[in-house]
Amino acid sequence: MSSNNNRKKLLLMGRSGSGKSSMRSIIFSNYSAFDTRRLGATIDVEHSHLRFLGNMTLNLWDCGGQDVFMENYFSQQKDHIFQMVQVLIHVFDVESQEVIKDIEIFTKALNQLKKYSPDAKIFVLLHKMDLVQRDKRQELFQIMMSKLQETSAAYGFPDLVGFSTSIWDESLYKAWSQIICSLIPNMATYQSNLKKLKAVMDAREIILFERATFLVICSSNTATGELLDPKRFEKISNIMKNFKQSSMKLKSSFKTLVLDNTIFVSELSPNMMCFIVLNKSESPQELVLENIKKVRVHFQ
Amino acid sequence: MNADDASSKATILLMGLRRGGKSSICKVVFHNMQPLDTLYLESTSNPTMEHFSTLIDLAVMELPGQLNYFEPNYDSERLFKSVGALVYVIDSQDEYMNALTNFAIIVEYAYKVNPDINIEVLIHKVDGLSEDFKVETQRDIMQRTGEELLELGLDGVQVSFYLTSIFDHSIYEAFSRIVQKLISELPFLENMLDNLVQHSKIEKCFLFDINSKIYVSTDSSPVDIVMYETCAEFVDVTIDLHDLYKIQNGPDARPNEASGAIARPQGEVKSVSALNNGVVIYLRQMIRGLALVALIRPDDTDVESCLTVVDYNVDIFKKGLEQVWAHARIEPSPSQAGRKS
Repeated sequence: MSSNNNRKKLLLMGRSGSGKSSMRSIIFSNYSAFDTRRLGATIDVEHSHLRFLGNMTLNLWDCGGQDVFMENYFSQQKDHIFQMVQVLIHVFDVESQEVIKDIEIFTKALNQLKKYSPDAKIFVLLHKMDLVQRDKRQELFQIMMSKLQETSAAYGFPDLVGFSTSIWDESLYKAWSQIICSLIPNMATYQSNLKKLKAVMDAREIILFERATFLVICSSNTATGELLDPKRFEKISNIMKNFKQSSMKLKSSFKTLVLDNTIFVSELSPNMMCFIVLNKSESPQELVLENIKKVRVHFQ
Repeated sequence: MNADDASSKATILLMGLRRGGKSSICKVVFHNMQPLDTLYLESTSNPTMEHFSTLIDLAVMELPGQLNYFEPNYDSERLFKSVGALVYVIDSQDEYMNALTNFAIIVEYAYKVNPDINIEVLIHKVDGLSEDFKVETQRDIMQRTGEELLELGLDGVQVSFYLTSIFDHSIYEAFSRIVQKLISELPFLENMLDNLVQHSKIEKCFLFDINSKIYVSTDSSPVDIVMYETCAEFVDVTIDLHDLYKIQNGPDARPNEASGAIARPQGEVKSVSALNNGVVIYLRQMIRGLALVALIRPDDTDVESCLTVVDYNVDIFKKGLEQVWAHARIEPSPSQAGRKS
């Protein structure tokens, strides 16, 4: 049973062309936003099994969104698809012409989930936000979310979480970080360990990243009064992932990065990276790296 | 007047038929515009001049392509005399026969007015062409220009060709080579870099302009485009991360200069990254918005001692740079200070 608990089933649903496979390819298969143009339509359900943080396996069910398949999911395959679902990620194309129909399919999915796995977490992504004018984005998101919230509450899923995303900026990383984080069981341990580490190292901030995807796992500062960029986590994910791609060109992957003697990026365990920002730059580099080495034991 | 002329030689004249991609090149290389956004650029109707200070004071002048063929008049004589390089942009996805005729006329005139001019041809928009077709197009264009120039009795003119696209690094690479021809101190620089490479286990090093990511110099080993791309991307990574955590604790309006100076002795950016196969990427900020980026292979020595040697040598290199350019008149321009501080 415990091994079963570590297998998480994620349903990725949404109508055809809304960008589900693009997201999956960028986050989990190192595609660049450009590369996703080559992706064809998904036929039926495409399964991918991803190991995350070593002990967790994500079973990602990328469900093709054409109406033929959709009908099938809600009729013949419904018990197969909607059983034991931990997370439903429903993607909406903001440019879609048939919003009513999009929502209708969402309600169908909720209906099945209520029957087969009532404790599933629901996330909605308003995708392709880059196509909407900047000043209209917030408003559109509000309208859409209030509508969706209403719908999902009616089906017994009151706490709906929504993000506006685009593959062309870092908003995608933010959404997926939060989705994946909701599945990590020992988050409290990581958090407290990180707090201690921060005190020991006298750091401004420490962030933990998953190594392969560079999604944020947790950070040391939750609410300090510092004036830091609120989008910095996603931006770092984005920057580091780009760097990872470019280090691929030298036929290797990167191990450490030290910037100005204040920012240290280093591996912490085979599946985690830490991003440390120190308060001052005088401390000798060896000492900091030694500290990082010592702390590894606590994050296995 | 003469001395003034010599120093203003670093002007690049960007020409080509209309819709060839001249403004896009300008915006992408010098203004960090996203390549996709250049699809919506308006047509340039007036000659525009832009200044960029790197190691040298560089001016890029863009002439609108609407003029049907090039008409020599008084103004253009003065213009061509003051120019160091003529960059002609040819759209490779379009019919280029007209462009070639136009180009030959321009070259004839430019060469007559200013025999020292560097003539460069960008075979542009090659991103849409297949690998075979690229080579074919380049060969064809080179041959046809040769014929056109021969007809005009100008077969001795040196013309360089570059395959470029704004969607990858080729445009930066081409511009790097063009700008390098305008730097009179280039032999010293290369020599200094060669010395640096020899005495510290550096495999390849570039001197980058941080804003535009064109390299003003490199050591004499051949440039591998992959290495160039990696180094250029490392500049991006460093600057982006650096900007995220700029120290802003002071209540004063411009806290960066004050607190940054305390945090880093010379206020210089330095970053080092180790890869799993042992290669180390090293970046140090130099004078005038430049940065030295090097790929180091420590081989069997340990990384720390290798870096110490590199640090020491780079310090000397930087002093050398400062001495060579100690008497240059140009002040760093505000645009260049803007990105870093």
